[in-house]
Amino acid sequence: MISLKNITKMFGSFTAVNDLSFTVESGEVLGFLGPNGAGKSTTMKMITGFLTPSDGQITVGSHDITEEPVQAKSIIGYLPEGAPAYGDMTPEEFLIFIAKVRGLTGSKVKERIDAVIKQTHIQDVLFKPIDTLSKGYKRRVGLAQAIIHDPKILILDEPTDGLDPNQKYEVRKLIKAMAEDKTIIVSTHILEEVSAVCSRAIVIDKGSIVAYGKPHELEERSQYYGAVTISFSEDGDFSDVITSLEQVEGATSVKFDEITERFTTFPTDKKNGTDLFNKVSALVESKGWDVKEIHLERGRFDDFFRSVTAGDLESKTEEQCGDKPSVPAKQDEGAQQ
Amino acid sequence: MNMTSIIFSREFKSYFTTPVAYVFIIIFLVLAGVFTFYLGNFYEIEEASLKAFFEYIPWLFLFLIPAITMRLWSEERKTGTIELLLTLPISMWQAVLGKFLAAWAFTTIAIMLTFPIWVIVNILGSPDNGVIICGYFGTILMAGGLLAVGSCISAATKNQVIAFIIALAINFILLLAGFSIVLDAFSGWAPEMLVDAVSSLSFLTHFDSMAKGVIDLRDIIYFVSMIIVWLYATAIIIDSKKAS
Ligand SMILES: Nc1ncnc2c1ncn2[C@@H]1O[C@H](COP(=O)(O)OP(=O)(O)OP(=O)(O)O)[C@@H](O)[C@H]1O
Ligand SMILES: [Mg+2]
Repeated sequence: MISLKNITKMFGSFTAVNDLSFTVESGEVLGFLGPNGAGKSTTMKMITGFLTPSDGQITVGSHDITEEPVQAKSIIGYLPEGAPAYGDMTPEEFLIFIAKVRGLTGSKVKERIDAVIKQTHIQDVLFKPIDTLSKGYKRRVGLAQAIIHDPKILILDEPTDGLDPNQKYEVRKLIKAMAEDKTIIVSTHILEEVSAVCSRAIVIDKGSIVAYGKPHELEERSQYYGAVTISFSEDGDFSDVITSLEQVEGATSVKFDEITERFTTFPTDKKNGTDLFNKVSALVESKGWDVKEIHLERGRFDDFFRSVTAGDLESKTEEQCGDKPSVPAKQDEGAQQ
Repeated sequence: MNMTSIIFSREFKSYFTTPVAYVFIIIFLVLAGVFTFYLGNFYEIEEASLKAFFEYIPWLFLFLIPAITMRLWSEERKTGTIELLLTLPISMWQAVLGKFLAAWAFTTIAIMLTFPIWVIVNILGSPDNGVIICGYFGTILMAGGLLAVGSCISAATKNQVIAFIIALAINFILLLAGFSIVLDAFSGWAPEMLVDAVSSLSFLTHFDSMAKGVIDLRDIIYFVSMIIVWLYATAIIIDSKKAS
């Protein structure tokens, strides 16, 4: 179990993490999301005892991380951001070193090292200095190091960053398989990863939680949830499509995506998506449209993510646009004087 | 296995994974030889001892020890491995001590490898080997003190060059604290007690008597407490600076 109570982290006068509280139970995989600089890594560094919170309390297992740091650290496996490792060592030497510090002895060392080598697929690079490994392999060595002592608690900061698609798939499978008897926190920028591996997700922005829930619940909060999307087999005259769709009962608006060439009809009531779907299907039939695809949207995580975190991004660009003209104006004044 | 010794052995091995360690040892041995036999007028003083050797070795250390310690913590901070190290189930003290002891062991090996000089002296004459052993003991102790200073400076910066220069400057002051060049800076204005205090901090004053064959418990206590104080400062600095 991991529990954070009112955690705040200040760097000088800058608040990187602001009054964060949440609990993760054993068996859960918590997805940690947020834009760059949101405070994800900072929070993970506090949970693993690298940074000390400016305020609040963190409990890992049954240990307070500031009061019993060594006991707490011994049950944690941690993959820090960027997967740092001693570059002059080979993965084999590195894993032996970590295994010893983690208290493994005798035949257990080899046993566990063999197991994690298989789990993270690093057989091929075992005897090359870590400095010479590709980014993806480095990350996998970092992951191997984090799970070598079969920890109760696992904190992974962007574990799939830099991995090829096959390895991403493998690592997700691994995380899911380990979840059963562990408490896991994973940060990521890959939103489909959240639905794939996480039982719960937290979105943070500027150090505060802006959304919390099961992945499908968060998806349902996107405006696309319950919307109906259609696309046509051939190019043609779609001039009346939008107006026709808009007139369907229970529709509020219609959006045409120029890249995917799809029409999405949004419902007045998100929960009545099936209703809208039936009505749009009926319309398609009555109009005799040659439709390639028609589907009911289950909600889009990326859309939801943007809606809760991009607010400040838009207002910032507006501000900057507003500011720009005044700069040359001032310079002109200066020149005239 | 004890945590300190696990950290120690990883760190110690890392010295020998690059040619730098071997180059370092060779430079050290060549310079030690040159200073002893050439600059020290070894043949002219017609006295079988390692007096010249022990006279010059502090000045060799002045440059060579910062070269050993500059990467000790700077590199961990720069490559981010410090985050890995300090989230392992070890205490800060074990990490600081393990790394320091590895640097000390490496330096001790370099010092021991000067044994041919001792052999030569024994061939050429009959020196007082008790004095020489005592001198070696003092040399290793002094190296420990200087290494602890370097460890602390290395913890304070990510830049190895800066770590080298600052460690060199502080070692210079500490070596010379008992000499007029440093004391004059104080004697004009500072109370006598402070001048005495500064003077008693000098590495050289404490080392010199050992080089002459006198083992005084106070000298040993001095070096050991120097080591502890600077390592303690290392731990404090890492704790406050590790995030940045
Ligand atoms: N040591 C530090 N000193 C000052 N500010 C820091 C320090 N570490 C992090 N910050 C700031 O704290 C904020 C949060 O950083 P953090 O690394 O936690 O973000 P993140 O959510 O992990 O972002 P990313 O997705 O880019 O990894 C950032 O604005 C960062 O600049
Ligand atoms: Mg991060």
